[in-house]
Amino acid sequence: MGGSFTVNHLIYLLQGMMWTVVLSALAFALGGVAGFGVMLMRTARTRLLRQISFVYVQLIQGTPLLIVLFVVYFGLGVVGIELPPLLAAGVSLMVYSSAFLGEIWRGCVEAVPRTQWEASECLALTRWQTLVDVILPQAARIATPPTVGFLVQVMKSTSLASVVGFVELTRAAQVVNNSLFTPFLVFGIAGVLYFALCYPLSRWSRSLERKLNVGRRQAA
Amino acid sequence: MSAVVKLHDIHKSFGSVEVLKGVSFEIAKGEVVAIIGRSGSGKSTALRCINRLETIQSGTLEVCGHRIDNEAVDLRALRQDVGMVFQSYNLFPHLTVEENITLAPRRVKKLANRDARALALESLQRVGLAEKIDAYPEQLSGGQQQRVAIARSLAMQPKVMLFDEVTSALDPQLTGEVLRVMETLARGGMTMVVVTHEMAFARRVANRVIFMHQGKVWETGPGDMLADPKTPELRDFISNGL
Ligand SMILES: Nc1ncnc2c1ncn2[C@@H]1O[C@H](COP(=O)(O)OP(=O)(O)OP(=O)(O)O)[C@@H](O)[C@H]1O
Ligand SMILES: [Mg+2]
Repeated sequence: MGGSFTVNHLIYLLQGMMWTVVLSALAFALGGVAGFGVMLMRTARTRLLRQISFVYVQLIQGTPLLIVLFVVYFGLGVVGIELPPLLAAGVSLMVYSSAFLGEIWRGCVEAVPRTQWEASECLALTRWQTLVDVILPQAARIATPPTVGFLVQVMKSTSLASVVGFVELTRAAQVVNNSLFTPFLVFGIAGVLYFALCYPLSRWSRSLERKLNVGRRQAA
Repeated sequence: MSAVVKLHDIHKSFGSVEVLKGVSFEIAKGEVVAIIGRSGSGKSTALRCINRLETIQSGTLEVCGHRIDNEAVDLRALRQDVGMVFQSYNLFPHLTVEENITLAPRRVKKLANRDARALALESLQRVGLAEKIDAYPEQLSGGQQQRVAIARSLAMQPKVMLFDEVTSALDPQLTGEVLRVMETLARGGMTMVVVTHEMAFARRVANRVIFMHQGKVWETGPGDMLADPKTPELRDFISNGL
């Protein structure tokens, strides 16, 4: 039998947790950049760009993340492109995040009244100047709570990377459990560690949302 | 005097609904023209055609030398010549009064940052609000916000200014301060097209009044025409109010 849970096991889990954070940060950073691009295309004046990005978003949102991961890791492997597990997971999560963040941010951009675009247009500002100086600062305010909320989703979704052998928190827990056979204890601890990562973010997201509502009420 | 704004036989439809049915008028440099008429008569639409916020189906439209009916019109050059003030002010809520006023001059006219404050002050003095330069829009009353919106437009040194019912969203006690600013502008020689429900203002300040009805210029004349309407529609409009 496996023996008992020791500090070394805990350290191993904490290392996995660190990789969960690294993968989340990578996915979020890459997904944020790509998602910004998706948002720009979804709100573009050119119809073709809007259509392409629409199909992309529908496709990704309608596909389980696990399938995206399999395509990137195993699919690319078959055609000779072997990505290390971290990169494969990072790319998959980037694709996944870009679709969702792109849609969240598109909604926020469209929530800024059209009259702000019109007023800017009448002042001879270009579309890009209007976006950067007038629309995005207002959209960002609305976007912060759902964006932070989505970060929690990304954080939890990184557990899927365990299936391609990337040793993040979930995979680390599996490894420890395979030697100890104490699933309640080991996965319980993993659950607590996930909670410790996600709960502060959820709290932050909710407090941002409350602040936003207060701001709105004052402005009205 | 040369015409700064020339509309000739403008037709404009939204979908299958024709909103402007052959509108023609000219506005000379320094002239103040008030456009009045019932709700839905096409006043705003006509005004918005002048700076091409709306595109027209047919007719010719020339503003400050820009042929607006031409697809290839340089919109940014046009918008530098034509200022517009809206009923809902449309200030940028995340920017201070100074930033609201100087954003376009800095971005479009490449005004140096160190000159920005002076420009904001100068524009604000014209609307009597210099002391609000560092305030945010939400800290101002409706009348003050509208005066800032006028200052913001003035800072671009337009040749023509368009006003679309700029006092309609204001409490009655706040309309006076905005109308006074507009009157000062008019006396200062600004070319202005003013869509308004303020009959007293139209009569006193405008050189000419255009009464629109059912998408057409129904009657036009000096401010006095309001005292002596020729058409039954204008008579009806004046006696029944809005
Ligand atoms: N974007 C639009 N799409 C469809 N119809 C429109 C649009 N804008 C205006 N209309 C219609 O065009 C007609 C004229 O509208 P317009 O806003 O020019 O009238 P107005 O004289 O300014 O009225 P008000 O005094 O109410 O402001 C109305 O019947 C209106 O419903
Ligand atoms: Mg109107």
